[in-house]
Amino acid sequence: MTDSIQAHADEKPAGLWRWVVTTNHKDIGTLYLLFALLMFFIGGTMSMVIRTELFQPGLQFTDPLFFNQMTTMHALVMIFGAVMPAFVGLANWQIPLMIGAPDMAFPRMNNWSFWLLPFAFSMLLSTLFMPGGAPAGGWTMYPPLVLMTGDAFPYLIFSIHLMGLSSLMGAINIIVTILNMRTPDMPLMKMPLFVWTWLVTAFLLIAAMPVLAGVVTMLLTDRYFGSSFFNAAGGGDPVMFQHIFWFFGHPEVYIMILPAFGVVSTIIPTFARKPLFGYASMVYATASIAFLSFIVWAHHMFTVGMPLVAELFFMYSTMLIAIPTGVKIFNWVSTMWRGSMTFETPMLWAISFVVLFTIGGLSGVMLAITPADFQYQDTYFVVAHFHYVLVTGSVFGIFGAVYYWLPKWTGNMYNERLGKIHFWCSVVFSNLLYFPQHFLGLAGMPRRIPDYAIQFTDWNQVSSIGGFGFGLSQLIFVYVVFHAIRAGRKAPARVWDGAVGLEWSVPSPAPYHTFQEPPKLADGQLQSEGV
Amino acid sequence: MNGIKRIVTGLTAVLLVQAAPVVQADYTLNLRQGVTPISREIYDLHMIILWICVAIGVLVFGVMFYSVLRHRRSQGAVAAQFHESTFVEIIWTLVPSLILVAMAIPATKTLIAMEDTSNPDLTIQVTGYQWKWHYRYLDDEVSFFSLLATPRDQIENRSPKGEHYLLEVDQPLVVPTQKKIRFLLGSNDVIHSWWVPDLGWKRDAIPGFINESWAWIEEPGTYRGQCAELCGRDHGFMPIVVVAKAEDEYRQWVASQKVAQQSEQALSEQEWSLEQLVARGEEIYNKTCVACHQPGGVGVPNVFPPLKGSPVATGPLEAHINIVLNGKQGTAMQAFAGQLSDLDLAAVISYERNAFGNNTGDHVQPTQIKAAR
Repeated sequence: MTDSIQAHADEKPAGLWRWVVTTNHKDIGTLYLLFALLMFFIGGTMSMVIRTELFQPGLQFTDPLFFNQMTTMHALVMIFGAVMPAFVGLANWQIPLMIGAPDMAFPRMNNWSFWLLPFAFSMLLSTLFMPGGAPAGGWTMYPPLVLMTGDAFPYLIFSIHLMGLSSLMGAINIIVTILNMRTPDMPLMKMPLFVWTWLVTAFLLIAAMPVLAGVVTMLLTDRYFGSSFFNAAGGGDPVMFQHIFWFFGHPEVYIMILPAFGVVSTIIPTFARKPLFGYASMVYATASIAFLSFIVWAHHMFTVGMPLVAELFFMYSTMLIAIPTGVKIFNWVSTMWRGSMTFETPMLWAISFVVLFTIGGLSGVMLAITPADFQYQDTYFVVAHFHYVLVTGSVFGIFGAVYYWLPKWTGNMYNERLGKIHFWCSVVFSNLLYFPQHFLGLAGMPRRIPDYAIQFTDWNQVSSIGGFGFGLSQLIFVYVVFHAIRAGRKAPARVWDGAVGLEWSVPSPAPYHTFQEPPKLADGQLQSEGV
Repeated sequence: MNGIKRIVTGLTAVLLVQAAPVVQADYTLNLRQGVTPISREIYDLHMIILWICVAIGVLVFGVMFYSVLRHRRSQGAVAAQFHESTFVEIIWTLVPSLILVAMAIPATKTLIAMEDTSNPDLTIQVTGYQWKWHYRYLDDEVSFFSLLATPRDQIENRSPKGEHYLLEVDQPLVVPTQKKIRFLLGSNDVIHSWWVPDLGWKRDAIPGFINESWAWIEEPGTYRGQCAELCGRDHGFMPIVVVAKAEDEYRQWVASQKVAQQSEQALSEQEWSLEQLVARGEEIYNKTCVACHQPGGVGVPNVFPPLKGSPVATGPLEAHINIVLNGKQGTAMQAFAGQLSDLDLAAVISYERNAFGNNTGDHVQPTQIKAAR
């Protein structure tokens, strides 16, 4: 009986049509990851335009308006097109494998939540070719400026609606899968941390995305239907937009970093060959960060002129985030302490994540200090801060995850030497790219400007060189993945000798259908533990 | 598409011409100390947090790299299996909490001082426009616009860049030293942010809001800053220059401004010839209109309409006066009635109707503008 079900379910349409109609979590995970990679390169190309223009003072390559289109689109593409879909792709591949489920809870909705994305981004990217160009008011879409966007405006709003729908359906799917489809002997407090962080992230998505959808709809009615939510002349309030936007925007920051915490909490114990120091405190820290993310939003807008009491409240609440974040960092270091470490590529990404994310976290503490923030706000110091968190944090986390699980997905090992070259190039160039931006911001360079005073020249040149190097390094990654699929040597089921978890109990590559029958939790443990 | 074309032409231009050698200026690594008691407090606060962060970083990374060097399998390290320790976890929750409290106390004190705008010696209203600043001295009835003074030739790399490239204006904000100056910030169009690093803060200028802040400048000098909130195409080109003068020099400056404004008014009463108006109009155009309508009046396709041969600049005069005075709703075209004098409006309209090949021969007198207001 089981055999016949399996044989039947393995039938799939040939060619490209398979990918259009697939409801298999592994196929959809692959689609998400490839889509994210494509967007990573499109968004990256835009940042190359930005860094080229900023290589020296004066206007060389772009009109200031086109420059603003580039900064706006770079952010939208990277956040909604690259980082978020990459994490959803990892969730699709890994969550069912890690909890012993045969697939996601709603396979057909899963297909639909992916296939909304190509439409959303076709709409968004098509604005580059429209009269008047793409949105140029910043990804934060502050009115009244964003309301001056040309024909691109409704495309911007509706593409965000589509992305939001896609994220919401993905989040619902993930929550239902995690809560209902775990193998029966896996209680919540025995779930792998990657699954925990995604569970919390999915709740953040459900709470935050409708707020974004609402606020952009208000922009739409202000522009086309005569409402005055944000129009001061009509009795509206442009600052209200910022409050609502950042009520979405701050949880969004954690949506992009929590799954990376989960990845790092998986990789470090594997290569330290030692259990995670404090599993329970990691779970509680994740939940605390998620809670705090809803009460700190106004630290993105300290300079709008809030009452003193509000400024004090948001300063204190923001500083509080340092505590659970510190707990996480101390946990990772303690896990490494007295381990038996080896440094395969995934471990290198994880260690660099701990160091560089901590740098981003520390500059975050500085930004929380309201009086100092009056100087830092809207300068390159902020740009440096969030790129440390988002690139050397989230993106490095994603790279770590891909190197860690790629052998499970493809059945082949990647080339370790090339992987390390990719890592070292990325880590050197990303620091060359972002670290000098701290200096630029402190010295007084505002963000989002196409041209600058001459005292900012030197560090901008260093930063641009770092940028070109970082961009080119990512081509190595594409080759590594391609090479692993075509010519990598065969990987065993348990790819890493210290790896724990149910995903390592299935062969590599993971069969098209796994865990038709719920596995035993012990299947994922190491033999030596004798469970 | 236009942007891509510009990239290509820009690349070729740089490869062929190799932009004029850039004047090397000193770069800085750190925040400026500034010239007010508050800006120094902020600098001290910044340095304290910075060193605390550096210390935490050194400690955490030190432990981690020690572990990376010593606890590696290639060195024969055998993994310990310890985990969970309530004592350690309480310590690493408590210690950071105490450090945070230590940071919060001075930060709170400074913040309270910064927000106290009571009892000012003088008040200046700052209004953001796309892309210039307007200053109004509420106690002295002096007001003017302050615009970028860097020539376009420098921005477009046709001539060498000056020392204060992009941080220079035609008319700086002049303020007295040793006085509590209260700033009231607002905006005429989109959100801007007024930032002079030497004063220690930036504050958003938001349409429909009046924000307050204050500064007490200790030393005479010239302090430069720029708009810090993305406000459209020329966001990078709206600098701020503050010139602080001793009290008596400041008083003299205020008196001279009042005289200048009166003589400007007298000029508006006169009859002007077409040549005079066009000459004056060209200056105004290059300061006020060129950012959108571009040199030669060609505009930016689909974003800012051209004036060259446009139905407004070559059609009925009344319509032209009307759009310049009252702007066009829902577009970047501002109402200039409150921004330019009758004479300057007459001059710029005359210029637009007789430049770029728009040879209408029309000429508008300041008195006509006065009547049309």
